[in-house]
Formats: sequence, structure tokens, C-alpha cells
Amino acid sequence: MIYFDNVSKIYTDGSTALDNVSLRIEPNEFVSIVGQSGAGKTTLIKMILGEEYPTFGAVFFEEIDIHSLKKTNLNDYRRRIGTVFQDFRLLSHKNVYENIAFAMEAAGRSEEEIAVDVPHVLELVDLGNKIWNFPHQLSGGEKQRVAIARAIVNQPDIIIADEPTGNLDPVNTYEIIQILKKINDLGTTVVLTTHNKGVIDSLGRRVITMENGRVARDDKSGKYIL
Amino acid sequence: MLWTKIKRIIKTGSKSFARNGSVSVASTLVMTVTLSVITSLIFVGALLQSTLQGIKEKVDINVYLESSATDSQAESLRTALDERPDVALVTYTTAEEVLAAFRARHEGNPLIVDALDEVGGNPLEASINIRAVDPSQYQAIADFIQEKNVSGENTRNIVKKISYLDNKEAIDTLSRIISSSERLGIIIAIFFIIISILITFNTVRLAIYTSKDEIAVMRLVGASSRYIKGPFVIIGILYGFISSVITLAIFYPITYSLGNLTYNLGTGMNVFTYYLANFMQITVIVIVTGVVLGMISSYLAVKKYIKL
Repeated sequence: MIYFDNVSKIYTDGSTALDNVSLRIEPNEFVSIVGQSGAGKTTLIKMILGEEYPTFGAVFFEEIDIHSLKKTNLNDYRRRIGTVFQDFRLLSHKNVYENIAFAMEAAGRSEEEIAVDVPHVLELVDLGNKIWNFPHQLSGGEKQRVAIARAIVNQPDIIIADEPTGNLDPVNTYEIIQILKKINDLGTTVVLTTHNKGVIDSLGRRVITMENGRVARDDKSGKYIL
Repeated sequence: MLWTKIKRIIKTGSKSFARNGSVSVASTLVMTVTLSVITSLIFVGALLQSTLQGIKEKVDINVYLESSATDSQAESLRTALDERPDVALVTYTTAEEVLAAFRARHEGNPLIVDALDEVGGNPLEASINIRAVDPSQYQAIADFIQEKNVSGENTRNIVKKISYLDNKEAIDTLSRIISSSERLGIIIAIFFIIISILITFNTVRLAIYTSKDEIAVMRLVGASSRYIKGPFVIIGILYGFISSVITLAIFYPITYSLGNLTYNLGTGMNVFTYYLANFMQITVIVIVTGVVLGMISSYLAVKKYIKL
């Protein structure tokens, strides 16, 4: 599904964020990427999202070189990916309903579909009663669940979750991971980056360990080892 | 689908405008100041024009005719002058009319009336009064009259004196002052308009800067550039439209209170009367300026932040 072919990223200041990375992520996988700060996890994620361009090598999504896509095709491609971030990245002037509806509108979905799907997806993340709240009226865990609802509402092929539990307490962390597992069980590929050892160890899924921009380990059913 | 998108863009833009209360109010107020400057310039321009027009109208030249000139000769010269595009008004006054006017003017002064009677007959000449479209054209008109006096058909040797030749220097100086004032007015207006536009542009840019992170999120969920830019352009249009309405409303009491003052200053114009008489044109200018300014400012600002 996603294939990194000898990808390197060297910034203009000479620092190397990725160093000759090759890896493959298969459909329906739940892949965790771990590593210390600066190991290259975020750059890896940004490469998948088409936010960063490789200095060498190429990143493929189903045979398509992501970085050769034109702007409009890149928008279409991004609609096939759901993103969840540590800082939630909700639209602060839109309420919960509108935040999720925006992703559907961007994908060209009709008002009728939006009216049906938004409440449905909010029920899935157990936020049906907060539909008209604004982000500042929600707790961290609730904000992250809205972000997940937004990420999954267009039924993406892949969910990218970049440190989604970084700002959450253990209870909310557990709930968010359970939601991600459920999404994966329903057939969506999940790529998760985290520093949380407990989360990785409890998942028992594939773990890619990054060190100095390189893939240091790639364990099928790994643990958090640095 | 296109109509749905347009509806969504308008709805989203209007909602964002309302929800970003303080930013919207600040931007609208700054834009109101800009539009007020531009509207003031319209009034200042009109006052300047009216004042200059008043001065121009006070400048004229008289052609005094020889007593031997016949009415038909005078009429020929009058017609020739009237046909010139640089002549705004030509008035022929016969010697009898000049005398009657002179007597009427000095009715209460027996010394002058008695002196006139003593002289006997009519010592005053017929004259042609000319007002040019622009004071700078008097030289050409005077040259034309002199040429007619030398070689014109039926107008030869009828001119005794042209007043312009006596007042040439004063008329030329006045003409230069008028022309410089008009040019200076345009330069000052352009200067203020540029400053105002820059202030507005930066204000709108700052307003959109607060949404910089949201623009990045919109990009990440796959929204197209147009779909992201659209609502911001709508917000810009709303800033412009609401500011225009406020500006037009503010200028009603301002011009009302300044109306008599501006007239009494000798400009020959009451700004309130001018505002009411030209309300439609001023409204269109202010609204179009506001809307276009808001739209372009927003578009350029969001374009800057949309690049990921």
C-alpha cells in the first residue's frame, strides 16, 4: 500500500532527517513507528502526507509516486488519508458538526450524506451529545475523538495518527487506542507514531523503530525498545 | 455541484465573519477609516473643483470695439468666437446698452451723471465679453481676435482694445495656480489612497494570519485551494460592504453639519447638497471600492498562507 524506496531527506541546513529508508506498509496493517525525538518519525509521516519532498528516493501509494502528483491530484490523494495529530488541529471557529462536515464538503459529499454521516460517526466515537459544541468547550480526549471522527468520516484507506495520545491522560489514551484498534479491525490501515511504551506493548502489532533517520528495527509483533 | 459549493463558501464565510467577532470588528473599523479617507477625497476634490470653477468663471476678457464698428461687424466677430471650442460664453453688448448700464450703475452719483450729460452723445464703446473654457486659453483667443481684426472678412479694424493684453500676467498666474492646484489635489489623493489601501491590506492579512493554522488543517483534509480561499474572500467582501455602509451613514451627519460652512467659505458648494445630489454615484464608488479592496486583500493574504 505504502512503499518507501530508499528515501533520504536532507534539509538545507545539512541535517539529515531520513537516511536511505526503505519500508513497506501493507493494507489493513496497524503499524507503530517509535523513536526518540529527531529520529525521523514526523518526517516519515509528512512524506506520506505529501507535505515534505524527499531529497533522494520516492514514496509510493499503490504504485503512485506521491510527490509527482499535481496539486489537484494531491488533494484527492489526501482525502484518502485520515490524519490525527497530538495537538488535535480542529478548526476552532467551527463546532464539532462543522469540523467533521468540512472534511466531507472538501470531498464533495452532498448535504444529505453529511447530515446522515456526521451524527453516525460521532456516535462511533461516543460524542453524540457534543455535536454542537465548539473545540474550546471540549476536553483533550474529546477533541482527539472529534479529530478521529473527522479522520474516518470519508472512509479513508489509511489513518495516520501522529502522537495522538501525547496530550492525553491514561484513561483517554486507552480510549483513543481502542478506537484506533476498532478502526483497524474494520479494515483501515493505521500508522501510529508514539512515545508511549505502554501503548506499544499493549498493542502487540508491528513496530518500526527509527534511529537517526534510519530504520533500526522492524518487528512484526514488537515491543517498545530504544 | 458548483452551486452547492458556492452556497457552502458563502455560508462558511458569513459564519466565520460572525464568529470571529473582535477580528471582524477591528478589520471593519480599519476599512471604514480607509473608505472615509477615500470618501473625504471625493468631497475635497469636488470642493476644489467648485472653488477653482468659481475662480475660472471670474476670469474673462472684454473686447472693446471701435465706435465705427457696425452691429453686423460685431455680430460677425461674436459668431466667429462662439464657434471656437475653447470659448464657453460670448456676450455682445451694444454701445447703448453699455451706456444704459453705466447710467444705472451710477444713478446715485450726480457728479458722474452730470459729466456724462456734459460730454453729450455716447462716449462708451460696444464690447464683447468672452469667457474661455479654461483661463489658459485666453492667449489663443486674443490672438484669434487680433487676426480677425487684421484680416477677417467683415471684422477688419473694428477692435479698439482687448482687456486680456492689460491683464495677461494676472490671468496667466491665476491659470498656473489653478492647474497646479488640480495636479497637487490629484497627487495628494493618490498618496492617501495608496496609504489607506496598504493599511487595509495589512489589517486583513493580520486577520487571516490568525487562521494560518486552520488553513493548514484544511489543506490536510484535502480541501482544494479554491474551497479554502472562497470563505476568506467572502469575509473580505463582508468587511468591505459593511464598512461602506458605515462610511455612507457617517458621512450623512458630517456633511449635514459642514454644509453651510463649506458654502460660506466661498467654495460655491454645500457638501450636504452635493452628497444628496450625488448619493447614488458616491454609494456605488464607496461600495465597489470597499468590496474590491476587501476581496483582493483577502485573496492575496490567504494565497500567501495556503502554500504548504
